[in-house]
Amino acid sequence: MRRLSGRQPIGVLLSAPYAVFVAVVFAYPFGFAVWISCHDYLFTAPGVSVPRPFVGLDNYAAVLADPHVRRAFVNIGIFLAVNVPLTVALSLLLATALNAAIPFRTFFRISFYLPYVTASVAVVGVWLFLFGSDGLVNRVLGDAAPDPSWLVNDVWAMPSIAVFVTWKQLGFFILLYLAALQNVPRELYESAAVDGAGRWRSFRAVTVPGVRPATALVTLLALVTGANLFTEPYLLTGGGGPSGRSASPVLLMYQRGIEQGHPDLAAAIGVLLVAGVLLVAAAQRLLVRPPG
Amino acid sequence: MTRSWWRVPALTAAAIVFLFPFYYMVVGSLQRRPDPSPAGALPMPGNLGAGNYREIDAAVQLGRSLLNSVVFTAGVVAGTLVFGVLAGYALARLRYRGRGALFAALLLVQVVPFQLLVIPLYVQVVRGYGLADSYLGMILPFAINSVAVFVFRQFFLQLPAELFEAARIDGAGELRVLRSIALPLVRPALLTATLVTFIGPWNEFLWPFLITKEADMQPLAVSLANYLSTVASAATNPYGAVLAGACVLAAPAVLLFVAFQRHFVSSDLGSGVKG
Repeated sequence: MRRLSGRQPIGVLLSAPYAVFVAVVFAYPFGFAVWISCHDYLFTAPGVSVPRPFVGLDNYAAVLADPHVRRAFVNIGIFLAVNVPLTVALSLLLATALNAAIPFRTFFRISFYLPYVTASVAVVGVWLFLFGSDGLVNRVLGDAAPDPSWLVNDVWAMPSIAVFVTWKQLGFFILLYLAALQNVPRELYESAAVDGAGRWRSFRAVTVPGVRPATALVTLLALVTGANLFTEPYLLTGGGGPSGRSASPVLLMYQRGIEQGHPDLAAAIGVLLVAGVLLVAAAQRLLVRPPG
Repeated sequence: MTRSWWRVPALTAAAIVFLFPFYYMVVGSLQRRPDPSPAGALPMPGNLGAGNYREIDAAVQLGRSLLNSVVFTAGVVAGTLVFGVLAGYALARLRYRGRGALFAALLLVQVVPFQLLVIPLYVQVVRGYGLADSYLGMILPFAINSVAVFVFRQFFLQLPAELFEAARIDGAGELRVLRSIALPLVRPALLTATLVTFIGPWNEFLWPFLITKEADMQPLAVSLANYLSTVASAATNPYGAVLAGACVLAAPAVLLFVAFQRHFVSSDLGSGVKG
């Protein structure tokens, strides 16, 4: 018995609810998603059984041939191209600024994580008011405002969403960098100073490499955020407009799967999305991790 | 590092960018007539009133929506505290078969985009178990927060091993060790985990949006979003009403975090950072 369950078998009992949770809410649906994506699957009333023939990769072919789906993946690319550099640069800058005995330090910290703890739905309301055609931002900008306005503009809709999400999540990433900065040995700054390095030089030579693990985590989490994008295109740009320029893969999953009743297509988009995330995450690991 | 000239101006500029939308949210929620001009950013006494709050209350039944949000959130926090503590303790302190696999799963779960699972979970919960428009269906996918399990594990790991050995030598069973020794020592972790767990369900939109069709069962985030995308065009001051609803939705999370911000510390969240 001991050999079967380990030295402290009660551990199996204590972690059983969590293990069951992971199995029911993650492992099984994950497998089920792959299964649905390879079958001709329709919603039915409970208890009604219909044939759900295996169709191989047909759903994937249909999804990949759909220009809306391809556009949604391009949109996520635009999102990441705007969101990741902004997030890394701003959160590292602000964390560095906070990492000292600053007056009103607590006030600054609170103000930075306020958007992070607030519901997207709530802050989307204000952004619509601020960035609408007749909103405060355009009133201030006058003729410099884009026409059509930010959220209904082919070019600006997606970058606007990326900036919104950067603003919303930055507080969390500032906290991550603050934690990482504690782990950079102070001696390195001292020896950099002895070597005659200025503030900028020592930031580049000591701080940036010192927080590299945090940067890897920040870029990974930004990637997962981009892959999960739904609320913002749905509410901020009225369902992914204009003409699909701000649609995300998850938004299309919702439209194809639930609204139009094609869960099989939606599942195929989901599997492609995760494959994309894993691929980019693997590439990112190679790029951000130090060699060796 | 010494104080340098650029820190305070940079932080102040950023604080304005972060706080202004919240300030504007409150001002806009109180305006009788929307005023998007720069002057409208200042509260004008003649244009202020609580009418927008009455309007959004009539449109989405604020009380009922808030109750739904509270039940949803309380269910998730309770599940996470009870089962998360047990799992976190076991993962940190006990040697048993399957521990390594469970810990690997814990790390993996945090990288899988939840939205991928939305379609199969929808099929399971709505079509399979018939849990549409129910609290249980809402809570199920979030019942135990994996980040919180990780936070608990890190806290239990930090406790000195001698404490546990001494208690076991004195004949205490594992449950008693957990209850009388480990739990009292990780009380700060309970608060941190509650804060981290709370914002998820309170702010969650997509999942309850999918599975609640009855207005009576929708959490505030969902009813507000529905108002935003459908009804808003019919209201006299739609933005005012939306902003009033936004204030009601934002207030609990904001107040909780301002009150307990000391416990929302980077070291707990960042415990995964040390590469």
